[in-house]
Amino acid sequence: MSYLMTCPHCGVREVTDFAFGGELNARPRERPTLRELSTYNYFRRNVAGVQREWWYHRSGCRAWFIAERDTRTNDVHWTALPDEVPAS
Amino acid sequence: MSRLPAQPGERIDRSTSVGFSFDGKRVEALAGDTIASALYAAGQRTFSRSFKYHRRRGLLCCAGQCPNCLVAVDGAPGVRACTEPVREGMAVEHLNASPSLEHDVMAVTDAVGGPLTPPGFYYKTFIRPRRLWPLYEKALRHAAGLGKLRASQDEREWRTEYRRRHADVLVVGGGLAGLRAAIAAAEAGADVVLADEGPEPGGRALAEGGHERARALAEQARGAGVEVLSSASVLGSFDGLLPIWQASTLHQVRARQLVFATGVVEQPLVFAGNDLPGVMLAGGVRRLIALYGIAPGTRAVVATTSDRGLEAARALEAAGVEVAAIADLREGRTVLEAEGRKHVRAVVLGRLDGSDERRVECDLLVVSGGVAPATSLIAQAGGRTAYDAARGHFALAELPDGVLAAGAVAGAGDDPEPSGQQAGARAAHALGLADAPPTPPDGPPERRAHEAVPPAVSGAGRGKCFACLCEDVTAKDIHLSVDEGYDSIELSKRYTTATMGPCQGRMCQLPAVRLMAQETGQDLERVGTTTARPPWSAVPLGALAGRPFEPAKRSAIHPRHRELGARVMWAGDWRRAYDYGDPQGEALAVHEGAGLIDVSTLGKLIVRGPEAGAFLDRLYPNRFANLEPGRIRYGVLTSDAGRIMDDGTVCRLDEESFYVTTTSSGAGAVEQWFSWWLADWRMQVALTDVTQGLAAVNLAGPRAREIMGRLTDLDCSNEAFGYLDAKRAPVAGVQALLLRIGFVGEVGYEIHFPAAHGQHVWDAILEAGAQDGIRPFGLEPQRILRLQKMHILVGQDTDSESTPYGAAMPWIVKLDKDEDFIGKWALAHAAEHPSETALVGFTLPDGDVPTEGAAVLDERGEPIGQVTSARHSRQLGQVIGMAWVPAALAGDGAAITISDESRRLRAQVMTRPFYDPDGEVLRS
Repeated sequence: MSYLMTCPHCGVREVTDFAFGGELNARPRERPTLRELSTYNYFRRNVAGVQREWWYHRSGCRAWFIAERDTRTNDVHWTALPDEVPAS
Repeated sequence: MSRLPAQPGERIDRSTSVGFSFDGKRVEALAGDTIASALYAAGQRTFSRSFKYHRRRGLLCCAGQCPNCLVAVDGAPGVRACTEPVREGMAVEHLNASPSLEHDVMAVTDAVGGPLTPPGFYYKTFIRPRRLWPLYEKALRHAAGLGKLRASQDEREWRTEYRRRHADVLVVGGGLAGLRAAIAAAEAGADVVLADEGPEPGGRALAEGGHERARALAEQARGAGVEVLSSASVLGSFDGLLPIWQASTLHQVRARQLVFATGVVEQPLVFAGNDLPGVMLAGGVRRLIALYGIAPGTRAVVATTSDRGLEAARALEAAGVEVAAIADLREGRTVLEAEGRKHVRAVVLGRLDGSDERRVECDLLVVSGGVAPATSLIAQAGGRTAYDAARGHFALAELPDGVLAAGAVAGAGDDPEPSGQQAGARAAHALGLADAPPTPPDGPPERRAHEAVPPAVSGAGRGKCFACLCEDVTAKDIHLSVDEGYDSIELSKRYTTATMGPCQGRMCQLPAVRLMAQETGQDLERVGTTTARPPWSAVPLGALAGRPFEPAKRSAIHPRHRELGARVMWAGDWRRAYDYGDPQGEALAVHEGAGLIDVSTLGKLIVRGPEAGAFLDRLYPNRFANLEPGRIRYGVLTSDAGRIMDDGTVCRLDEESFYVTTTSSGAGAVEQWFSWWLADWRMQVALTDVTQGLAAVNLAGPRAREIMGRLTDLDCSNEAFGYLDAKRAPVAGVQALLLRIGFVGEVGYEIHFPAAHGQHVWDAILEAGAQDGIRPFGLEPQRILRLQKMHILVGQDTDSESTPYGAAMPWIVKLDKDEDFIGKWALAHAAEHPSETALVGFTLPDGDVPTEGAAVLDERGEPIGQVTSARHSRQLGQVIGMAWVPAALAGDGAAITISDESRRLRAQVMTRPFYDPDGEVLRS
């Protein structure tokens, strides 16, 4: 695995600069059933395709941001700070 | 030392001599020589002993392709003598022969070892009796191999640096095609890097009459701005990132367009005795003559499948070497056997059916078995090859987007430059720098000299016919592996290890595929090739590892710990004082007078903003928004699954600011965790990590208050500065934050202050406490002290399954908080479903201290829990510990059995702190 990613603060960097934070995973707002809670905590959609995910610029500015990436090709379509994410 | 008259374009400088040693003997060389050319000129013919049979091996390719000339240079093994330039004073030694290259006792394996050492012999011949395997293994390891690493790594002669390079175009291979491609792309405005294995670009042309053209193109490329990397090996292609090893630099090049002009690798022939010194590839012969002015022999025989051999014969004759015979397979004749004990003395030529046999005496056998396109890197980049029956090799069939091929590897004939030009122009076009180049006109197809496809093996039955020189795999071994069922090329590769040696299949992939096809009766397309894997060139692990990088964090006070005789240990990334030689005595000092510990390693975060309290309330299971300024509260962080992640104290500095401490090892993770949720929630909060900026020490003990009084004007009375109060005041003249907390169980002050003053404050406290018998204490006594208080260590007493309920801290979870918080639902569930196991304390009579991790057993001897911490406490005069046990046993006085290797220990459960259970000491 080797590709480039653009930190919204620092610009283009090797992906090894960053830590992966996992796919966006909406936190339940109301008390979930145990099954829903387990799904939220332990299950991921793990899509083969385009998804939105969290990234952390570990070896840089230490910002969390969101990327849209194709998991099959590692093409990163865009990256954005959480309040600048384009509507899907 | 004899050399030919000056050759046009030769690499050596005859006016400058260089001296080095080989196995302790001095060798005279010329500047521009390689180790191998200098040794060959000095008469050396045996360069190494083979991996398994310890057969003599001599120069074969003279181009860094084969394993035959591997030597150690200045103690580092695995250096190719034929490409390594000579340096004054270098110490070159042979590998894998004992006592000497000339007299190698292990050569006996060649004579008698055949039946004993078939493929996989270590699973067969040497496996019984089993108890002798350790002996066998030791002997085999000693016998086999490609040299020894030095036992000690403390002296490193060189370091490598990583270099990232982003370019428009990377051209791999600096022959005429590669140079041409680089020029075409660079002249169109592209930023081009060209990597070439040789000491100067030009490739085959340098030794085969094209040196002037090659040097002119190299100059033109540099003039066009191409970054030319010489003596640079491209190791692999990893999703568009190509590591290139060049001396002490590992370039990591990423380019938008890749042009591979990697050329072809001339192939040897497989026949009896094909590994004898004196058997040399046509290209090797030409390099020795043209680059180094060396006549490779006096009387030569040539065995070839193409014009390459004939060209070499002409070069030999021009150099004054007699060419005694030529066996051209296109005329049906080839070589069946090379004879000689130490070196070729004669060869047997004949037809493949064995007829028309003829023995010719010679001291040089030139072989040329066609070529294999060097497609390995292209395959790694996503290209595909297919068998070309007319040429008898695997040729490029498909290239992915952004990958181009040029020159011989792409099938170009005698003039590779047009294909290079085309590739460079196409790369420039793909980058938007130029119009699409015109498609080359479909002229008359290039006339190609006829080539014959060599047989898998000739002269079988006359002696060992080597398919793989690196790993000493013979044609017979491949036959045997198919017989034993390893009938696919990938299986046979793993079983015989053919193609897995230092040449990385350059010399043996094609011969192995041909043998496999012959043995299985399949055609070559069907047999296919093994997967091309990195590294394409052998590379020292040190070059991949880069600069030794073991970051160590040291507190600002660290030099003092050294001076005080601390035993220093790793704690995460930190170097910490384990103890100062007397852990029990240091712990007792904290109870009896005072102790001082450096806790600068604690993670320290400032959380500030109008919503800081609300933010912490959402992160922690307990409440912080209602904490009074100047007060401190303990906090446990849990995940959304309700599992304990970290713990520490939270102090409210003022209405909008909190000072949060974390465990030493959890500092980074907590900062990351906080900033993640902050990014998600987007609250009006700012985080500042001050872990490195502040030093911290903990002064604790019955005399701590008096000592504090000598260091600060602050009223330290219990009434003015009570337990869990926080104050800001100068200490020893340094502005500090003082937290009255009690991790170690005695009255204590955690003092946080700018790290620059670390040693000053440390010294001042020790001086102020001298009359009270203050002692510095380390991590180990702190562990004893905290265990007496049953204060958990996250990660030691808890694991990824532990909840605050299981860890006996239900009071920390405030499910009645109005706000949602991380872990709320999982903890609500845990509250309704009591934990099956619980963390408890236990005591043992003085004596045995169980190992941490020892099992807790039920009455039938089944494991039902485990010990997480255990220490002898001199203060309490007994052994104390913590363990996870079934909830039914989590009551005071319950008896548990601890199994520690052969010992069975009877322990008694305690649920309250062993020392000062009601915290009276702490609050006093």
